[in-house]
Amino acid sequence: MSSSPALTLPAETSWTRLSNFWSDFRQSPVAVAALIVVVVVVLMAVLAPLVAPQDPYNQEALDLFDARLEPGEVGSGGYVHWLGTDAAGRDIFSAILYGLRTSLIVGVMAGTLALILGTTVGLVAAYYGGRIEALIMRIIDLQLSLPAILLALVLVALLGQGLMQLVAALVAAQYAYFARTTHGAASAERRKDYIEAALSTPLPARHVLFRHLLPNALPPLIVVATVQVANSIALEATLSFLGLGLPITQPSLGSLISNGFQFLLSGRYWISIYPGIALMLTVVAINLVGDQVRNVLNPRRSR
Amino acid sequence: MPAALLDIDHVSKRFVKRPNLGEQIAGLLGAGRKTEIVRAVSDVSLTVAKGEVVGLVGESGCGKSTLGRMVAGIYTPSDGKILFGNAPVAKEQGRRTHKLTTRVQMIHQDPFASLNPRIRIGDTVSEGPVAHNIVKAREADSYVADLLGRVGLDPSYRRRFPHQFSGGQRQRIAIARALAMKPDLLVLDEPVASLDVSIQAQVLNLFMDLRSDLDLTGIFISHDLGVVRHVSDRVAIMYLGRIVELAPTAELYAKPNHPYTRALFESVPRVGVGRKNFRPIAGEIPSPLNPPSGCHFHPRCPFAGPRCKREAPPLEAIGPGRFSACHLNTGGTD
Amino acid sequence: MNEVVLRVKNLQTQFQTRAGALKAVDGVSFEVGRGRILGLVGESGSGKSVTGYSILGLVEPPGRIAGGEVLLNGKDITRLKGDAMRQVRGAQIAMVFQDPMMTLNPVLKIGTQMIAAVRAHARVSRRAARSRARDALAKVGIPSPEERLEAYPHQLSGGMRQRVAIAIALLHSPAVIIADEPTTALDVSIQGQILAEVRRLADETGTAFVWVTHDLAVVSSLADDICVMYAGRVVESGPAADVIGSPRHPYTAGLLASVPAEHEPGTKLPQVPGSTPSLANLPPGCAFAPRCAKAGPACTTTPPLQQFEGGRTALCHYPIEPVSCQPLSLTSTTYRSAS
Ligand SMILES: Nc1ncnc2c1ncn2[C@@H]1O[C@H](COP(=O)(O)OP(=O)(O)OP(=O)(O)O)[C@@H](O)[C@H]1O
Ligand SMILES: Nc1ncnc2c1ncn2[C@@H]1O[C@H](COP(=O)(O)OP(=O)(O)O)[C@@H](O)[C@H]1O
Ligand code: SF4
Ligand code: SF4
Ligand SMILES: [Mg+2]
Ligand SMILES: [Mg+2]
Repeated sequence: MSSSPALTLPAETSWTRLSNFWSDFRQSPVAVAALIVVVVVVLMAVLAPLVAPQDPYNQEALDLFDARLEPGEVGSGGYVHWLGTDAAGRDIFSAILYGLRTSLIVGVMAGTLALILGTTVGLVAAYYGGRIEALIMRIIDLQLSLPAILLALVLVALLGQGLMQLVAALVAAQYAYFARTTHGAASAERRKDYIEAALSTPLPARHVLFRHLLPNALPPLIVVATVQVANSIALEATLSFLGLGLPITQPSLGSLISNGFQFLLSGRYWISIYPGIALMLTVVAINLVGDQVRNVLNPRRSR
Repeated sequence: MPAALLDIDHVSKRFVKRPNLGEQIAGLLGAGRKTEIVRAVSDVSLTVAKGEVVGLVGESGCGKSTLGRMVAGIYTPSDGKILFGNAPVAKEQGRRTHKLTTRVQMIHQDPFASLNPRIRIGDTVSEGPVAHNIVKAREADSYVADLLGRVGLDPSYRRRFPHQFSGGQRQRIAIARALAMKPDLLVLDEPVASLDVSIQAQVLNLFMDLRSDLDLTGIFISHDLGVVRHVSDRVAIMYLGRIVELAPTAELYAKPNHPYTRALFESVPRVGVGRKNFRPIAGEIPSPLNPPSGCHFHPRCPFAGPRCKREAPPLEAIGPGRFSACHLNTGGTD
Repeated sequence: MNEVVLRVKNLQTQFQTRAGALKAVDGVSFEVGRGRILGLVGESGSGKSVTGYSILGLVEPPGRIAGGEVLLNGKDITRLKGDAMRQVRGAQIAMVFQDPMMTLNPVLKIGTQMIAAVRAHARVSRRAARSRARDALAKVGIPSPEERLEAYPHQLSGGMRQRVAIAIALLHSPAVIIADEPTTALDVSIQGQILAEVRRLADETGTAFVWVTHDLAVVSSLADDICVMYAGRVVESGPAADVIGSPRHPYTAGLLASVPAEHEPGTKLPQVPGSTPSLANLPPGCAFAPRCAKAGPACTTTPPLQQFEGGRTALCHYPIEPVSCQPLSLTSTTYRSAS
């Protein structure tokens, strides 16, 4: 007791941790570019009503005389349709902004709900172990062996069209990824001494679960979450493209692509291609950001 | 002898490793693992009096930690019972173990693993006593400050995270967390084994101070004979799940009885002058999956005879307060 | 005088980190003679392992050898690159790790791995390689070596695996084997067997060992010479018995004094206060100064390397006076068996 412990490390605040995170993240220029794309995409989607020249939801604002204008032409509204218009006279640029909005809402909502559901399921399995764990994990494995798109297709067919139904289908198709990741991380943590110490104190079960197990199982989930948002967006686009997602009156990127698909062969490429590019850019950028976050959080790579 | 605070009564612990699905299928083809039973602790009895520290010594895998965990209520025994102040420390409920007392606390070997990296050390120390109403939430802060001071840490560190501390400091935090529950009995599982030599002495001194200040009772697990001798009143030597010798510390070190104890003492390198000729024990440590018949030590024992293969020697009194499990004490090995 | 096979001169190894260059090894020098065992002792983070890795050219970025020489049989090997280094490593100098699985491949039989190791440096037939492998296993005291060649690593106990790793290191009768805490993870009885085996091997084969450990008891029963490291530097060196019997550096003395086995049970142990410093944040001058009972005004400047008779050194301004007769407490045999 006579020792005077000398702390050599400066106090590490969440601020310094964040700045360390950023300086590691910055190491990859590609990831930084991707992050900029993501930020721009999100901003444009959020600010769509302000940025877009036209409200594509408003049927009355549409003019059939403007139908299928080529990119760069000026329509009856008196402004340039930089990316052209579709068969109903919708400005493609505006439609993309609003479409991004829908896609992001669906993606983030489905991602978040799948995260909450999946994490809970995975945690419960890891904490209780035994038969409960075996049962839950068998179901999860089974589900993961099916393609997510197939599951989502069946669910949408059963639930019917609409934003909420779509989100529900996406959640059901994707929570399993979160559950498996959480279960893996939490079972690894479960065996560590600090959990044993908590159990031998003894702390109440929910305390152990939510204060000890969950926060330590979280880092890998952040990565899965970013990737799953991108996957949700892609999945939603696929469903909408197949005509099972959202109607064109509530355009998402997928329904826009689908909407223009029939004109592709007649040379009016822009109706389909530009939303497609927007979709690809968004999904790829989110994935790149997610990859770099994983690299930085992976203790073996960092430091 | 004063009344026993802890009564370990014919306790055994078996771990059953069932093959998983893949191995079961392989098993059908004659290649996989069968159900394996690890006898981590078999038929151990030991009582610990109030205020006493009992050292538990043995090589790795001999069941020290398993016994310690049962005493700390992390596992329940497969057979026998562990009574703390006449009541069991834990009970089995479904497949989970429920600890029934807060007065037995455990300190783990590796202080880097035993503290939650994402919780401030002040909260680590206070969450147990707050959850059990040992202190009120609004008094927790001063309670923690007091405890940190007691284990030799600056109380102002309580808002820091574990990674900001060295190994020795973390072990102090772990000790503070255990003390916060106002325990009567501490189970210390190799508490200094992972610490640097210069830090070990600090933590041992702290333990000895706390012991006399708080009148603590302890089970001190270690493979380090010197450390155990320094802190324990009595020492139990374990081999492959069984206690083979139990004696007051001074007598044990002066005159070990069991052949394993003797061999162990001779095989340990010591800080002495020059290249001391220590004599290693021959042979491998057998697997607890498949322990030798009779006396578990017979394949390595220089005195083994036919009886040793046949019969397991019981732990019997060989003097006041001294016990040993060897046929040499009871009519020979033939 | 004994022929020196490995001489390390002023070795410097640094790691580039956010906080700047971390001097993990800062001017380490020592030499090992044929058939001798040098114990490299120190606490966690003192630079023992990095010294070992540096000698074998195994330091990877962000680390690099920033200076000094490693002379193996008189030839500097720090400047060897790629293939040239691989030729030396395994043949003339080898390493044994704390975890034998660093050396062993879990999916190959011991025999297969050892034969490949033999043929990596010697043009011999498989048969000859196999018999060499078997001999090496026998040499490290593995019973029924022929059968062990057919075993996979997981079928062996930890102690056996470590013996196999030592046997592999011995295959080409290297001049030096660097062993990094090879018995730390093993049980005392198994550790004892391996220590005895290594002592015999050094005496019989003439291979020199650099035995990295934090365990004073191990070095004192195994090593001929000792280097004590603290914060990247060798603070004291000399013949093992002399250093243990009468340490000259306050840090060595503090470590030895705090070993419980040498004190009356239940008494307060002399302790070294404070904790090991972080390399990123060393005090100026002597790194041990904040914890040192003998620290004086000069200690804020870098201490000199003092040379004493009997081949001893200490990096200290105020070294401890030698004890003429050995202190009683250190020779006590209180817990040896009565037999
Ligand atoms: N890859 C690395 N990057 C940065 N620093 C490193 C790296 N490897 C080692 N170090 C630092 O070098 C110093 C010496 O480390 P080293 O592994 O040699 O210690 P050691 O004496 O072997 O300790 P131990 O007993 O714990 O094995 C430590 O401060 C360590 O943090
Ligand atoms: N949870 C467990 N599941 C299966 N086997 C275990 C478990 N815990 C311990 N064992 C086994 O029980 C034996 C005794 O282990 P332990 O008590 O940890 O030994 P010690 O602390 O003496 O090193 C070992 O063979 C070990 O592998
Ligand atoms: S019972 Fe036999 S084998 Fe066991 S320790 Fe005694 S003499 Fe040795
Ligand atoms: S140089 Fe000074 S501070 Fe360093 S060990 Fe010697 S006396 Fe102590
Ligand atoms: Mg243990
Ligand atoms: Mg090391």
